[in-house]
Amino acid sequence: MERRTIFRGWLLPVAFVLPQLLLTFFFFLWPAGQAIYASMTRQDAFGIRTQFVGAENFTDLFSDPLYLDSIRRTVVFSASVAVLSMAVALLLAVFADREIRGRGLYRTLLIWPYAIAPAIAAVLWVLLLHPQIGWIGHGLRALGIHWDYKLDGAQAMLAVILASAWKQVSYNFIFFLAGLQSIPRAVIEAARMDGARGWRRFRTITFPLLAPTTFFLIVVNVVYAAFDTFGTIRALTRGGPGKATETLVYKVYVDGVENQNLGSSSAQSVVLMLAVILLTAIQFRYMGRKTER
Amino acid sequence: MMASLKLEGLRKSFGATKVLHGIDLELASGEMLVIVGASGCGKSTLLRLVAGLEEPTAGRIVLDGRDVANLDPAERDIAMVFQNYALYPHMSVFDNMAYGLKIRRLSTAEIRKRVEEAADMLGLRPLLDRKPRQLSGGQRQRVAMGRAIVRHPKLFLFDEPLSNLDAKLRVTMRAEIKRLQRRMGVTSLYVTHDQVEAMTLGDRLLVLHQGVPVQLATPMEVFERPADIYVAGFIGAPAMNLLPARLAAGGTAAQLDAGPLVPFADGRRAGADGMKLTVGIRPEHVALVAEGGLALQVDLVEPLGSETVLIGRLPDGEMLSIKLAGAAPPEETVHVAIPPPNLHVFDAATGLRLEPRG
Ligand SMILES: Nc1ncnc2c1ncn2[C@@H]1O[C@H](COP(=O)(O)OP(=O)(O)O)[C@@H](O)[C@H]1O
Ligand SMILES: [Mg+2]
Repeated sequence: MERRTIFRGWLLPVAFVLPQLLLTFFFFLWPAGQAIYASMTRQDAFGIRTQFVGAENFTDLFSDPLYLDSIRRTVVFSASVAVLSMAVALLLAVFADREIRGRGLYRTLLIWPYAIAPAIAAVLWVLLLHPQIGWIGHGLRALGIHWDYKLDGAQAMLAVILASAWKQVSYNFIFFLAGLQSIPRAVIEAARMDGARGWRRFRTITFPLLAPTTFFLIVVNVVYAAFDTFGTIRALTRGGPGKATETLVYKVYVDGVENQNLGSSSAQSVVLMLAVILLTAIQFRYMGRKTER
Repeated sequence: MMASLKLEGLRKSFGATKVLHGIDLELASGEMLVIVGASGCGKSTLLRLVAGLEEPTAGRIVLDGRDVANLDPAERDIAMVFQNYALYPHMSVFDNMAYGLKIRRLSTAEIRKRVEEAADMLGLRPLLDRKPRQLSGGQRQRVAMGRAIVRHPKLFLFDEPLSNLDAKLRVTMRAEIKRLQRRMGVTSLYVTHDQVEAMTLGDRLLVLHQGVPVQLATPMEVFERPADIYVAGFIGAPAMNLLPARLAAGGTAAQLDAGPLVPFADGRRAGADGMKLTVGIRPEHVALVAEGGLALQVDLVEPLGSETVLIGRLPDGEMLSIKLAGAAPPEETVHVAIPPPNLHVFDAATGLRLEPRG
């Protein structure tokens, strides 16, 4: 059913959109504008004089091996988080889809992690993974594995991947479950009649029919992992040890706040902004194509 | 490839809801048996039990001498055509048909041969590369048929395969299904709520009423000697007239509540005079008479071209319909008679057909 309301005059419509416009302006356009401006300036060591330098911050950035390292690290981190959280979520969704009864409780339990603030989630993981007090950390050491993610870079990366992926599982789970439930039951039954079972049926029928959901989630998860895990990394490893878990977003913070290099930090955030815009554009294009057919 | 099917005491309940109350059935090799009944009577459930998509609450399903009731569908070698076709939306027509064969690890050459053979039978050759969404309803239906045919299964199951097609296509496909089934000689169970489909397709019919099998016989037998009031009213269009009456003249006639005494042409019925009956007469058997008989006040005239259906009211208020060859008479009141040889007699209390004694 189509509902359409025609407003007379302009005051009322403007009043309706004004709050959203104000929010967008003060929390997105204004800081984004400032970041773009700041990305083209450079301050002296004492923060007294500001000088306009054009694109120099950007060219410096892409010739800085530390920055390129951080890009590489972010790609590894994001891909791992996306793959891990989606794989776990899909597995859980398949079980939930099968298990009709008790699904309510199951679903509620699985949604919790999503509602937890990153810092709190990270504390939970600290309590699990801590070499001395965490029971996973403790267990690993008891097994003779030299576990200390505060000293070992690879282990630190593993820890932030685990914690970040865990937080995203609920979100993915809901979408996968909805996707699974929207596959017509008769199609699955037709495959059963054709003799397809288990993994084979999943691989050739179920998974291909989940493709739109999967694609959507890949983009969402990459965006999440790359841009929305600051809180988790901050609480768990602070980007360390060394720079082992310093992703692009974390580096923006380190360079801007800790190192007081506002120009470079702004340039980095502008690069990230462009990346988000690009990913979102890809997604919108794909989704637009989906609804057409 | 010929196989027989036997169902023994097959029951199904969903929780406390009893859906099927004990089905016994035997199909000869190559036979096409149609299960017909109103919507919700348990037809699909019965088919799904045979397919292995549901587990029976009790009973045996014996296919080709082997009890398959506890086997996975994959182990039963049965193909099914679904009501809404259930094609694989992401696969081409070719792959839709080839899927079951790939799973059975047939050689690529054999798969190609079988699919092309089926495609030729069904006129799908030019469409093999299309996706289901690029096909019309009738074409999808054919693909669904093709997917079953290529399997060369022991048994075909059809769950109202024509109900989503328009009337004209339905008639064409009906003939085609019959032709294919004959040609391939595969034992088939066909489910429908459409009695015309049931009459034209089945070697035999099973009429199902609220999960209870009420009659199993050839289409003509079901039509000529319906086992109870339900079958009498369900098979045949327009539906058989059912009129209240009482047994009279020492069991040799029915005294209609509407007036006339109609003698039984085929013999005496058991029971005391005055026992409540329901007598049935098909609309095409009601005779128009010049005068006498029953006065019928005509409420509605439905011209069907070569035939006309009159629906009217008897003096005591009972509805009666008549099917006439040709056009309707112009009068508002016509006189009708009930020819004794065409009378069906049922016990009003049990609804069961009363046969002549001895
Ligand atoms: N999975 C199920 N759970 C509960 N009730 C069911 C289920 N499947 C079918 N039924 C019930 O069984 C009855 C028969 O259904 P069905 O076999 O689909 O009828 P038909 O195919 O003859 O229209 C219906 O009343 C339906 O509600
Ligand atoms: Mg049905």
